[in-house]
Amino acid sequence: MDLLKKIKKSDLKGRGGANFNVSKKWNLVINAEGKDKYLIINGAEGEPGVKKDEYIIKNYTKELIAGIELISNYIKAKECIIFLNHDYKKYSKKIKSYINNDNIVIAYKPESAGYIAGEETTMLNILEKKRCEPRSKPPFPCESGYKKSPTLIHNIETIYNIYLLSVDKYKENRFYTINGKVKNPGVYCLPANYTIARILEETNNLPVFKFFVQHGGQASGEIINSSQLKRQASGCASITIYSYKDTNHLDLIKRLVNFYFNSSCGKCTPCREGTYRLKQMLSSEKMNWPHFLELIDNLENSSFCALGSSLAIPVKSYLKNINSEFKLNL
Amino acid sequence: MNGFYIKINNKKILAKKDDSILELARKNKINIPSLCYHPDLPVKGNCGLCLVEIKGFKKLARACSVKAVPGLEIKTNTAKVIKSRNLNLELLYAEHANKCSTCINSIDCQLLKLVRKYKINVTDFPKRKTERKTYKFANAVEIDGSQCIDCRSCIDACQLLSGINYLQLKGRGIKQEIVPQTKRDKLSGLAAQKQGFTCIYCGQCALHCPVGAAQEQEQISDLELLLKNKVKDEILVAQIAPSVRVSIGEEFGLEPGTLVTGKLVTALKKLGFDAVIDVNFGADTTTIVEAQELIDRIQNKKPLPLLTSCCPAWVRYVEYYQPELIKYLTSSRSPQMHTAGLIKTYFAKRNNISADKIKIVSIMPCTAKKYEATRAEMRYKGKNLIDIVLTTRETAFLIAKNKIRFNSLKDSKMNNILSEHSGAGAIYGTSGGVMESAIRTALHILENKKLPKINFTECRGMEGIKEASIKIKNIKLNIAIINGLANFQKIADHINKYDYIEVMTCPGGCIGGGGQPIPTNSDIRIARMKALYSIDSKKKLRKAHENKYALKAIHYLESQKLDKKLLHTRYINRKK
Repeated sequence: MDLLKKIKKSDLKGRGGANFNVSKKWNLVINAEGKDKYLIINGAEGEPGVKKDEYIIKNYTKELIAGIELISNYIKAKECIIFLNHDYKKYSKKIKSYINNDNIVIAYKPESAGYIAGEETTMLNILEKKRCEPRSKPPFPCESGYKKSPTLIHNIETIYNIYLLSVDKYKENRFYTINGKVKNPGVYCLPANYTIARILEETNNLPVFKFFVQHGGQASGEIINSSQLKRQASGCASITIYSYKDTNHLDLIKRLVNFYFNSSCGKCTPCREGTYRLKQMLSSEKMNWPHFLELIDNLENSSFCALGSSLAIPVKSYLKNINSEFKLNL
Repeated sequence: MNGFYIKINNKKILAKKDDSILELARKNKINIPSLCYHPDLPVKGNCGLCLVEIKGFKKLARACSVKAVPGLEIKTNTAKVIKSRNLNLELLYAEHANKCSTCINSIDCQLLKLVRKYKINVTDFPKRKTERKTYKFANAVEIDGSQCIDCRSCIDACQLLSGINYLQLKGRGIKQEIVPQTKRDKLSGLAAQKQGFTCIYCGQCALHCPVGAAQEQEQISDLELLLKNKVKDEILVAQIAPSVRVSIGEEFGLEPGTLVTGKLVTALKKLGFDAVIDVNFGADTTTIVEAQELIDRIQNKKPLPLLTSCCPAWVRYVEYYQPELIKYLTSSRSPQMHTAGLIKTYFAKRNNISADKIKIVSIMPCTAKKYEATRAEMRYKGKNLIDIVLTTRETAFLIAKNKIRFNSLKDSKMNNILSEHSGAGAIYGTSGGVMESAIRTALHILENKKLPKINFTECRGMEGIKEASIKIKNIKLNIAIINGLANFQKIADHINKYDYIEVMTCPGGCIGGGGQPIPTNSDIRIARMKALYSIDSKKKLRKAHENKYALKAIHYLESQKLDKKLLHTRYINRKK
């Protein structure tokens, strides 16, 4: 069967966090006007607590490169760029040993670029040596991306899955990064429809102490309590366990806000100014929570890019699921 | 593709594919605020004020970035929109150090207008940029980092309108800052290909700054000092540029293009000026001198094309960036300098005033004119001819500050030997005006008789590059007009195919100058331009050399052997 037909039949979703339908993306790129087409493989993996792309790069290098070549041939890509987290330079020799085509190159995310560099239009700006910040969408990269040409951008895990589909070995699994206060941290490949509870059980990581969970990344992931584990892990499918007792709850909020403040590229007001004011509020003597939440809502509603908006997910879910459960006085 | 309807606040609005929602709303009198959006520049989406709700979407959208598609339903005034927009406005205001009471831009300040309009609580957040540095560019323009709201329009204006690329954004997050380029900065990629290393003082950054962070270096306090210390026999003279009379009314709520010469004269007299002189007069003398040079260069096979030099930002560009072009620049001084030279000599003599007792204040649409007035090459008897140069904005601020009710002023006439002018002098303020004026005169002289043709409409309009071949009997002149300096690069490598090129740094020419009222856009510039052509068409005198007073003044300077000193100048290769 034709590769695109296989992808369509499998209903494969992107594994970069946004869950976009892969076959739809392919059609957009294939049908877009433009002589040159590009494939960019996003291995920026800037979300703290997520290590699954690294795991694939390390353990399935051959499959990854084979996937890239397949896609490159299918969309007739002029160039394929593997965009990697700077920490993954150590795998470059191994990756290169599998590359047989001149049109596949590796580029590294600058160390200073941070979280935002994984956002696809920011990544394009970095590759084009422009300022490290997101572009307006539209135009979407599928129509006008790298060098203003139609560009297919996939996460490392998505590419790996496309490879598996091509050899009829795809089993609707996904890679879960489990960390935090657990016995068996690591990256696990398990069915995509498993609940968080089942994943923790099967990996023998279900805590015996009072705990709560952040899933989908330690920056942008939702925070839930131990009675809410009957759901699937979101985003990049990481699962982080926090001990209720050993966690300084205000520090958790501070860590989140600081991370976003330090990551803000400076382009838009709600993120640049908002995260700065949030940080200030947290260090003031008397915390004004309603005002704090107004800024969080504003970030969610009016941030230029999806990364800025995502601070609201952990903060609001923490306050709803954990704080209201335990009536903490932050 | 045919038009279709979209809905904004339940109102059906006819749209075309890819129309900007912000523009569509504004055209339909639905107000959507913005600070970073500017019709002269690409969409940025930074400020977060033009928020709207799109049916079917949870997150708010930016109207500047949303394009019309069939079926689109937009709301601009929901509780969610208002809450976010007001909060973003509050956050922006907290970036902007409060200097409103002395700020020239307070008349035009879009931030102040919005904060008042939406009744923003401005005390919630302490100001965060009060320690930021101010960068001063000669005596012309400055960028005060403590007032910047990070909209970045100045960078785009510098790069895309003037083609200089002198301003850059340094740092990230809250540390980002607009800074001037220094040669030492290491750049990569596109930026390295062409990076400005000096400011040309055009002031397009100031004109496109919504909050007055980029601004002219004010000289109002200098003028107030001059007025305060004025002694009895001192004569304070104001000279007003061609384009100010059709723009300054906007600062008092009048429609763009309203001609207010008479009111401006009255206002200046009320402020304490003893005489008001018309730079249109100097425009006529400039035309006569420049047309003669054009003829001389054509007839004697001297270097062509002749390049205009009345735009000081352009002159500075040539001296620093392309000094190989210096030999093409006309040696004629600009109308500002011609008029000032005549005031200190001809006017002084005719009125029996000692030149030392005359103080000259220029009222200009331009920030670079401040710099031109202090150029060493422009000095006369070792001194600057002009004491102070005020922009249109500064002049309006001064009038408002002195509680002069501009709109109800009666008209006054200038009534002196340096106020008669031709229509050609009036159109100096618009792109193509210098060219048209010079052609009217040059062709007349070359044909050695009265030329029936007056209007050279090929010179007119708002295109970035205007080219024409003007044929009259045996003469063929290939001309080009560069409207906005960034456009010069497009002809820079083949300028020798032209005989005469006019370059104005600012889009629209002086009517779009860096010292003109804010806001600006193409409709406003066109209205000002039309007003200038209407002065011209109503004049009996249409050609500069028909202005007998101008000829007389030039003859006077020639008879005193002052023509070389006061009508001409020289240029210096300043590229290092």
